[in-house]
Amino acid sequence: MEIHVKVNGVEYHHEVEPRLLLVHYLRDVLRLTGTHLGCETSVCGACTIHVDGKAAKSCNMLAVQADGCEILTIEGLAKKDELHPLQEAFKENHGLQCGFCTPGMIMAAADFLQDMPNLSEEDIQHALKGNLCRCTGYHNIVKAIMQAAEKMKEVTV
Amino acid sequence: MSSSNGMIGQAVKRVEDKRFITGKGRFTDDIVLAGQTYAAFVRSPYAHAKILTVDIEAAKELPGVIKIVTGADVAHINGVPVGWQVNFKNGDTMKEPKHPLLLADKVRQVGDPVAMVIAETREQAVDAVEAIQVGYEELTAVVNAAEAIKPGAPLVHQEAPNNICFDWELGNPKEEVEEAISGAAHVTTLELVNQRMIPNAIEPRSYIGSYDAANEKYTLYTSTQNPHLIRLLMSAFVLGVPEHKVRVIGPDVGGGFGSKIFHYTEEALLTWASKEIGRPIKWTAERHESFIMDAHGRDHITKAEMGFDEDGKIVGLRVKTLANLGAYLSTFSPCVPTYLYGTLLQGLYTTPKINVDVTGVFTTTSPVDAYRGAGRPEATYLIERLMDLAALEMGRDPAALRFNNFIPPFDGVDQPGYQTQVALQYDSGNYEGVLTKGMEMLGYTQFREKQKEASQNGKLLGVGFSTYIEACGLAPSSIAGALGARAGLYEVGQVRVQPTGKVSVFTGSHSHGQGHETTFAQIVSNQLGIPMEDIEINHGDSDSVAFGMGTYGSRSLAVGGSAIVKSLDKIIEKGKKIAAHKLEANEDDIDFAHGNFTVKGTDKSVTFGDIALTAYVPHDYPTGLEPGLDFSSFYDPANFTYPFGCHIAVVEVDKETGGVKLKRFISVDDVGNIINPMIVEGQIHGGIVQGIGQALFEGAAYDENGQLTNGSYMDYCLPRADDVPLFETANQVTPCPHNPLGVKGAGEAGTIGATPAVVNAVIDALWSGGHKVKDILMPLTSERVWRAMQPPVN
Repeated sequence: MEIHVKVNGVEYHHEVEPRLLLVHYLRDVLRLTGTHLGCETSVCGACTIHVDGKAAKSCNMLAVQADGCEILTIEGLAKKDELHPLQEAFKENHGLQCGFCTPGMIMAAADFLQDMPNLSEEDIQHALKGNLCRCTGYHNIVKAIMQAAEKMKEVTV
Repeated sequence: MSSSNGMIGQAVKRVEDKRFITGKGRFTDDIVLAGQTYAAFVRSPYAHAKILTVDIEAAKELPGVIKIVTGADVAHINGVPVGWQVNFKNGDTMKEPKHPLLLADKVRQVGDPVAMVIAETREQAVDAVEAIQVGYEELTAVVNAAEAIKPGAPLVHQEAPNNICFDWELGNPKEEVEEAISGAAHVTTLELVNQRMIPNAIEPRSYIGSYDAANEKYTLYTSTQNPHLIRLLMSAFVLGVPEHKVRVIGPDVGGGFGSKIFHYTEEALLTWASKEIGRPIKWTAERHESFIMDAHGRDHITKAEMGFDEDGKIVGLRVKTLANLGAYLSTFSPCVPTYLYGTLLQGLYTTPKINVDVTGVFTTTSPVDAYRGAGRPEATYLIERLMDLAALEMGRDPAALRFNNFIPPFDGVDQPGYQTQVALQYDSGNYEGVLTKGMEMLGYTQFREKQKEASQNGKLLGVGFSTYIEACGLAPSSIAGALGARAGLYEVGQVRVQPTGKVSVFTGSHSHGQGHETTFAQIVSNQLGIPMEDIEINHGDSDSVAFGMGTYGSRSLAVGGSAIVKSLDKIIEKGKKIAAHKLEANEDDIDFAHGNFTVKGTDKSVTFGDIALTAYVPHDYPTGLEPGLDFSSFYDPANFTYPFGCHIAVVEVDKETGGVKLKRFISVDDVGNIINPMIVEGQIHGGIVQGIGQALFEGAAYDENGQLTNGSYMDYCLPRADDVPLFETANQVTPCPHNPLGVKGAGEAGTIGATPAVVNAVIDALWSGGHKVKDILMPLTSERVWRAMQPPVN
């Protein structure tokens, strides 16, 4: 089947097998390998991207379901050389170790902070339920998101 | 170690982060080689069965299928080897059955590979797997180690009677320990299960095997913790191909926690088959494969007795453990429940008599090997559970009981190391210090008042202590050899100063989250007085790094870092010779500090960069000195390192549901000197959550047929962000006396310390409500805790 998608601002047209997962389309066809595949069951969240502005688990969507959609992946989050506040904050707060879950964590947080900019630490812990990290113990991820939330508010004010 | 620019001890932000936060990490599955094909495996649905037929005819005809390999096709190839040898008490060698690349006659665990399909695409490979028909005759499974050693239990391997791989003993003679315990004023007895854990690195294992016919050279990309060891094991012991014709690359690796130490059958199969088909082959585990095919951890059944005299002093400890090894011996399997477990049963205490007896048992389950902490969490869980329970039983305070039994402080320099009853000599320690600090952070007295008040209001609050020690910095080769290691456990560090004074470091340690690219660069920056950006740390490629033993056992900094320091010392020594020539001074009169070689007592100096250039452009150069500034060193540690600490958990137990809420978690860890406190704290955090995971959430659940019933993230409960509190962490510093950095290692501390603290806290909460339970099986689900609070049913 033919699909038309816009990924990180670039338009693509591809003929794909109906069973091709969106995550495999991004990784194998577009070679955007920053989106990772951890569990194929939408639980670990390593494959989180934005579809039409909302966080989605790309292992749980077929590429054909994304036809006509606008997609943002971790590769498209920074504006040229300027890192997104979440990217900065993850580095500042040691919010990553092996880095495998990190793109999904950042993309998930980028979505929920848009809707809910004033989250407490506890709120963030709850909001991260859909993303697993085995390295950091989450502590520094929560701190990083708190810091980024502050910075994002400054930017929008 | 001389120090100069103050980079040691700084929370430097990580060099490696940029590529990960921008999606530019390069994990094995991100790599696509020209002409790459894909593999998928036919895996056994049974835990134990005879293979009767394997029919590949229909599959062969499917689109895209390139080759199908069955057990018969690789029967001539060796199995994957075992890196450690443990002997029976009578001196016989452990039973070491072949671990074949593909099974031809019999399967012994769910997931055992029977055939491998290679196809043009991943989907085509999976389609062909579905089309392969395997006929099995199901045999009886045996899952539990206690069942497996019973007479008449099904045999996993014919060559291992009663399914026993080895029996093993360490410590004081049994009769001496028996005497000590029988004369004790109080004996605390515990029968414990340290449940089977599934490591669950979030990056699934992934490999690409490739063969370059022109140069007759294999390349394996692998998500491994130790590329050189994989190269050695695979080339010399499995495939029988020349080691110099094999290149192993471990690129970015998404967590390991032990599970990526080992040499797995898929690595060897893909490498071998890439020559057969003349094209690269990739395989990446799906999560359900990770659950059954990554080596698991722990799985002990233990009975332990700890005797105390009337003053609350420990007089003896007796331990008998059955260790489930699974269906095959994995690379490190035999050493984990023996030399990494029995040797730690001294804990932090002056226990005068200790005997530990361990039987390693085969079952029809996934292999069990090192999982973060490896043996040391099992030992710590046992000792620390015994301590808190003994305190409750004797009506003593658990902290006071510990103070009463701690080994007194010793620095390992002026005071000698502490010789344990179980073979080790601790390097340096101040055990009272960490508990004192932890109690201050907790506010112990206030907590006990609050607990009393809570119990009067019908609430169950509990505090649990864990004062742990671990043996890290694996390992002095001579000791490791005596303990059964079939390899040395040194590390290699090469420092190549480039002509412009920039520095490339090549380390045999492998970073998969630990931040070596930052910590190691800090050491170099500090020693040479050059900026961090002038340094690059290279690791993970057997063709660029001379050799290496990899990353596990909290060894990277203590062993790998020390190897780099040795090379830095050689660089500085040679630099002084060159500087002496340039400055027309005596070599002994040259000082090196802050990146400058200076003639003592003068202002005559030359920069490190100038010396580097001179070494490579040696027009005006000391006679007889070789050009170049590039040194490689092997560092073999004199002893293990012994980090220790105190972990304290505070929980509230819901009386109605048995639900456990972890309210606070305090840790005071002494990991020796600290190079980067931010990274150390991160290691502790992650370790703690894995420890909490074992206490409250995780555990492999097999049914009696050997099926893993919770082999997905829907069913296996990994801790999530809202399951754990934010942590209160602190450090104490007791330097390691025997390595140049004074470091002890921080990778496993959290996992070792946390588990008993949490379980002890729940038991303490229950006792505060009058429920005098001795033990609750981990993980402490609300059902198990609720049942523990119910009156016994007659």
